[in-house]
Amino acid sequence: MRDKHARAYWKANVRILATLLTVWAFISFVCGILLADFLDNFRFGGFKLGFWIAQQGSIYVFVILIIVYVFWMDRLDARYHRDSSVSDPEKETQA
Amino acid sequence: MNVQLWTYVFVALSFGLYIGIAVWSRAASTNDFYVAGGGVHPLANGMATAADWMSAASFISMAGLISFLGRDGAFYLMGWTGGYVLLALLLAPYLRKFGKFTVPDFIGDRYYSRSARMVAIFCAISVSFVYVCGQMQGAGIVFSRFLEVDITTGVIIGMTIVFFYAVMGGMKGITYTQVAQYCVLIFAYMVPAIFISLMMTGNPIPQLGFGAELTEEYGGGYLLDRLDSLSEELGFATYTAGQRATQDVFFITAALMFGTAGLPHVIIRFFTVPSVRDARKSAAYALVFIAILYTTAPAVAAFAKTNLLNTVNNASYEELPSWFSTWETTQLIQFDDQNGDGRVQYSGDPAINELTVNRDIMVLANPEIAGLPNWVVALVAAGALAAALSTAAGLLLVISTAVSHDLLKRSMMPGISEKQELLFARLAIFVAILIAGYFGINPPGFVAEVVAFAFGLAAASFFPAIVLGIFYRRMNREGAIAGMLSGFLFTAAYIIFFKFVSPESSTPENWWFGISPEGIGTVGTLINAAVALTVCRFSPAPPRDIQNMVEEIRLPGNVPTVPLSHQSH
Repeated sequence: MRDKHARAYWKANVRILATLLTVWAFISFVCGILLADFLDNFRFGGFKLGFWIAQQGSIYVFVILIIVYVFWMDRLDARYHRDSSVSDPEKETQA
Repeated sequence: MNVQLWTYVFVALSFGLYIGIAVWSRAASTNDFYVAGGGVHPLANGMATAADWMSAASFISMAGLISFLGRDGAFYLMGWTGGYVLLALLLAPYLRKFGKFTVPDFIGDRYYSRSARMVAIFCAISVSFVYVCGQMQGAGIVFSRFLEVDITTGVIIGMTIVFFYAVMGGMKGITYTQVAQYCVLIFAYMVPAIFISLMMTGNPIPQLGFGAELTEEYGGGYLLDRLDSLSEELGFATYTAGQRATQDVFFITAALMFGTAGLPHVIIRFFTVPSVRDARKSAAYALVFIAILYTTAPAVAAFAKTNLLNTVNNASYEELPSWFSTWETTQLIQFDDQNGDGRVQYSGDPAINELTVNRDIMVLANPEIAGLPNWVVALVAAGALAAALSTAAGLLLVISTAVSHDLLKRSMMPGISEKQELLFARLAIFVAILIAGYFGINPPGFVAEVVAFAFGLAAASFFPAIVLGIFYRRMNREGAIAGMLSGFLFTAAYIIFFKFVSPESSTPENWWFGISPEGIGTVGTLINAAVALTVCRFSPAPPRDIQNMVEEIRLPGNVPTVPLSHQSH
C-alpha cells in the first residue's frame, strides 16, 4: 500500500519537473540563444524580441516557473497528505 | 558633504549593523553554527540566499561585463538565474528532506563511502576557495577607491568584519547578517539605476527604461537603437547582436546554470529552513529577490555604456568630468593620447583607440558618470561591500563546515565532543579567512573570471552526483566517485591549461569544438554523468538501506522533518 502511494506520488512529481524543465530549456536555450537572431526580427517598443528574452524575459519566466512549482507541489503534497499516515513513516510513529 | 565623508558614514553604519546582528545571534551549538538552528523563516532565508548568492561579481562586475559583451552578456543573466530553476526543482527540497548539515554529508551518506565524502570535501573546499578569492579582491577594489586606503588595508578591514560575525555566529550570525546585507545591496543597486533611468528616459523603472526612448537631452530615439548606432560609429560590435559563437554561448550558459545548482554555499542555505515545503518556498523567494537585481543589471549596462560613449568620445581631455581623473588614479581608466590632439578617441579599432576602460568600474563609476549626488555614489560603495562580504562569509562557512564537520567529525575523529567540534569550526574559519585575505591582496585575475571558473568546477563535480543520487536509485558509490573525479579533473585541466599554462593559445581555433574555458564545465558535467552511469553498470548495486533512504527522500514532504537536534549523529 505504502509503495503504491509512494510510486504514484513520485511519478506525479517527475511529471511536474519534466513539464517545468521543458519550458525552462525552451525559453533559455532555444529562444534566448539558438533562435535569438531570428526572434530579433520582431520588435516591441525599443526591444528586439530575441535580445529581450536573452537579457530579461527569460528571468521573468524562471521566476514564474519556480512559483508554479511551489504551488503545484503544495497541491500534490496536500493530495497525498490525506493518505500520508501510510506514506509518511514519521507521521506514523507520531500517531 | 563630499563623497568620501558620505562613504565613511554609510560604511560605518552598515558595518555597525552587521556587528550588532552578530552579537545578537551568537551560536551556542553546532546546530546553530552549521544550519542556524534549522528554524529560519523561508522569507528570511530567501533574502539571505540572495545576498549569499549575489557576490561582488554580480554587484560590481556583471553590468560592466554585459556592457562590453552586448547581447552575449545574457549568459551571465540567464546562467546565474536559470540555475535557480534547477536548484529549486532538482536539489533543494530533496536535500532538505535528507536533513543533514552539508553537501559532503549527503554525498558521503548517499554513496555509503568515506572516499566519496573525501572527494566531496575536496571539491567543496577548492570551489569555495577559488570563489572567495574573487570576493576579497572585489572588497579590495571598493575599499581602495572609496575609502582611499590601499588595497591591503581595505582587505584587512573586510576580513576583520567577516571574521567577527562568522566566527561568533556561524550560520546563524551569517544568515541574519545576510538579510541586512541584502537590503543594503539591493537599495544601493536600485537607487542609482532608478535615478539614471529617470534622467535618460523619463521612466523610473530601469527594466522598462531599458526599452524606452531617450529624452531630448540625450538625443531622443530608442536607447538600444542609439547604443547600436553609437557602437557601430565607433567601430565596436552592434550592442544587441550576438558576437560569440552560438555553441560557446550555449555551453557557458549551461555551465553557469549547472554550477549555480552545484555551489555548496548556496545549497547549504536550504538546510536552514524548517521543512521541505519551506525549502521550496524559500527558493522562490530567493529567485524573486535575485531577479530584482538581475533584470536591472542589463539596463544599467546599457545606460552606462551609452553614457560612457556619449561622454568620452572625441571629448577634449582637459574638459572631461572629474570622475575621469579620479578613476585614472586607480588606473582602472587609462588614456593614452597617441595622436597628441588632446582629444579622446575611443574606438573598436585597437590601432587608433586611446582609451582603456576596466569593465569592473562600470557600476562603481556609473553614478558619477551620470552626475548623481555624492550620497548615491557612497551608497554604491556600501552596497558593493555588502555583496562581497555576504558571499565571502557564506563561502568561509562551507570551508569551515567541510573541515570541522565532514573531515574531522565524520571522517577522522568521530569521538570529538560538540564543544570541540565547534572550536575546530571556528579555528577553520580563522585560517580560511587568512588564506582568503592573502589572495585578496595578491589577486589571481579578474573578479568575474575567477568566479566563472568556480562555477565550472562546481558544475562538473557536484551537480551530477547529487541529481543522480536522488533521481537514479541504482547509482552506486563506484559510479559517483569515478564521475566526480573525472568531471573535476577534466574541467580543472582544461581551465588551467588555457588560463595559466598556455594563455596565448586560448583562442576559439584551439578550443575543443569552439568551447571556451568558461563553458567547459558543461562538458565536464556531461563527462561526470557519462562516467558515473557507465561505471555504475559494471559494479554492484547500492545496499538495500541506501535504496530505502533514496525512496524516503522522495516521499511527500509537507510534514516537517525531524528537528536536526534529535537526529542520531
